Amino acid sequence: MRPYLSSVPGLLLAVSGVLASPAAAAQSPPAGQAQAGDEIASLRRELASLRDEYTSRITAIESRLQALEGGRSATAAPEATPAPGPTPQATAAVPAAVPAAVPAGGAMGETPPTPPVYGGGSASSKMFNPDMAAIGNFVGAAGKSPGGGEPSLNMQEAELSFQAVVDPYARADFFVTVGPDEVALEEGFITFPTLPGGLLAKVGKFRDAFGKVDGMHAHVLPFIDRPLVSTNLLGGEDALADSGISVARLLPNPWLFLEATAQVYQGNSAIFAAPTRGDLAYVGHLRAYRDLGESTNLDLGGSFAYGHNGVTDDTTTRLWGIDATLRWKPLRRSIYTHVLARGEMTWSRREQLPGAQSSVGGYGYLEYQFARRWTSGVRYDNSERAADSGIRDTGGSFILTYRPSEFSLVRAQYRRTSLGDVDEARNELLFQFLFAIGAHGAHPF
Amino acid sequence: MRLLSIVTLAALAASAPAANAAVNVMASTEDLADLTRQVGGDKVKVESIARGYQDPHFVEAKPSFILKLAKADLLVVVGRELEIGWLPPLVQQSRNAKIQPGAEGYLDASLTAKILEIPTGQITRAMGDVHPQGNPHYWLDPGNGRHIAKAIADKLAKMAPADAAYFQSRYADFDKRLAEAEKRWDAQMAPYKGLKIVTYHRSWPNFTDRFGLDVIGYVEPRPGIPPSPSHTIDLIGEMKRQNVKLILVEPYFDLKTPNSIARETGATVLVLAPSVGGDKDITDFLKLFDHDVDLVVSALKQTGGK
Repeated sequence: MRPYLSSVPGLLLAVSGVLASPAAAAQSPPAGQAQAGDEIASLRRELASLRDEYTSRITAIESRLQALEGGRSATAAPEATPAPGPTPQATAAVPAAVPAAVPAGGAMGETPPTPPVYGGGSASSKMFNPDMAAIGNFVGAAGKSPGGGEPSLNMQEAELSFQAVVDPYARADFFVTVGPDEVALEEGFITFPTLPGGLLAKVGKFRDAFGKVDGMHAHVLPFIDRPLVSTNLLGGEDALADSGISVARLLPNPWLFLEATAQVYQGNSAIFAAPTRGDLAYVGHLRAYRDLGESTNLDLGGSFAYGHNGVTDDTTTRLWGIDATLRWKPLRRSIYTHVLARGEMTWSRREQLPGAQSSVGGYGYLEYQFARRWTSGVRYDNSERAADSGIRDTGGSFILTYRPSEFSLVRAQYRRTSLGDVDEARNELLFQFLFAIGAHGAHPF
Repeated sequence: MRLLSIVTLAALAASAPAANAAVNVMASTEDLADLTRQVGGDKVKVESIARGYQDPHFVEAKPSFILKLAKADLLVVVGRELEIGWLPPLVQQSRNAKIQPGAEGYLDASLTAKILEIPTGQITRAMGDVHPQGNPHYWLDPGNGRHIAKAIADKLAKMAPADAAYFQSRYADFDKRLAEAEKRWDAQMAPYKGLKIVTYHRSWPNFTDRFGLDVIGYVEPRPGIPPSPSHTIDLIGEMKRQNVKLILVEPYFDLKTPNSIARETGATVLVLAPSVGGDKDITDFLKLFDHDVDLVVSALKQTGGK
């Protein structure tokens, strides 16, 4: 339908429109010349009103479609003619007659495509809508797992993101996660990227800057689960994410990239629970980065966090962390191979009853991309528990990731965990499907 | 309060640029960096983020680039969402108000260029990594080099009005040299008008359009999707039917599939430079086309042309 409509010149369409009326009339039973003339006239009127109706309907649909996708769907024309016409012929003729009736609008009000030369941005009333995306995260698990673990098949979360520039001074990012039982604002904040003094400020709810994995959304993690140290000492999936204010500044020096981040939070997160309004939580992070050549670079970090933990009114938790990442990616073959080595150590001092617990944990991770779509990884976990440093959990994982495209991946992870308070080791196979639609997000680094 | 204002004043004084300093330009690719150099001469200081032998879709957002962007007066980008995966976070973290999108120091070079393959109908990612605003590899048409150079010269003239005449005269000189070179390239390529070729990625429409080559297929089944066996078999069949003897490949792609196609079809695989810096002798925009045109012509002479 569409190629026909868009390719046939207006003149032809006009002719077919005129022909359609007698054709329609011929279908009605003949009952005298005068009657036939009346009937033709009434049919013409009917046709004209139908034509008007369709024109307005099509215009409305067109503008909606155009707004939705900046282009015109091939199904627009068939969808626009669902109502049965007086006769089959007339029905077929109606859409054809429309452009003849409104020659100024061009064929079917077809929006003129963006000129192929000297292109500028295409105008659209919905241009100010934020960039939107939805990311699905499906996780399955199999194997023996004494003491709980992931469900066998679980649509773990759907993350919806809305991102746009607010005004010349700020941008805003919203990430809403919809899980099996809850809808939560994972992050929602405004960023002021150009404050005086080289400051980058964020206000709202956001993930914390402690270490490396804390700041990562589930879908950018290179493994399916979070390392044991995250679960035991740092609050797991939600980490220290909370409402607050974050300020980051570059510390200029001739040797390396140095960035200091200071964050103040309300003090209500997976780790912290402020008993009163004044008991804020604080996170500080110092990041040092240096290129060791075109293909290799080193990324180091030190972190600190402090806040009330809610055991009693004045018990607090302090966290210290160090992280190191070494990356290798040859520029000429950057889409085919890379190596990443990362380690994080975290120390926790949790005041509780009867006395404080000092625990330590960490993980080491090595990743190797061996083909354009394939990445393998191995991780070692070792962490004491925050509330009982006498219990030490250890684990090891092999991870294999296949990426059909930038927008989806399939991942398998074999995980062996020895929990300090359970005799038997867990042997599990996890698998994950991650898929993204909508706006093209930034590649993780 | 007084202390605060003194500190603020000191900070402002420290950040104010010295008079007559060269305009500090960051370009996202080496092509844009060279075009900036062509018109900016010694009144600009230019650096690029991506290297010419690197896939410009997949540049890593390294923090070291943030430091360079932080000091830039002008950022020249390819646009058309080529850099969408890596440039936005870098620009945001640069904390540099001058180069934020929409600011005076942000120049999208595609705005005055001739853009091909702008999708008109509905697009979906089933088509691969399509660029909704058209093919972003537009600098591979020397004519677009002229448009980009003009846009940069105008921008520099606006930012450093004292040197406006300098930039415009350098542009006029570049324009002249480019026109002479274009005559040369056109003459070299003239015998091969309408020649059918295959390319790896859709990087070359502006180049092939300009020099009258006819791209009948791609090694990638869809943009950004790696070669698949069934597509490769189809492509080999099509190349045999149409007697295609040339496969153009960007330096950052694997040669395994192109080479096996070449073995089947008797075609020549040519690693062509998509950018300045794509090969070590390609030090500027004119040399990019010298290099590529020479390679194509000598390969075609060997295979006997059409």
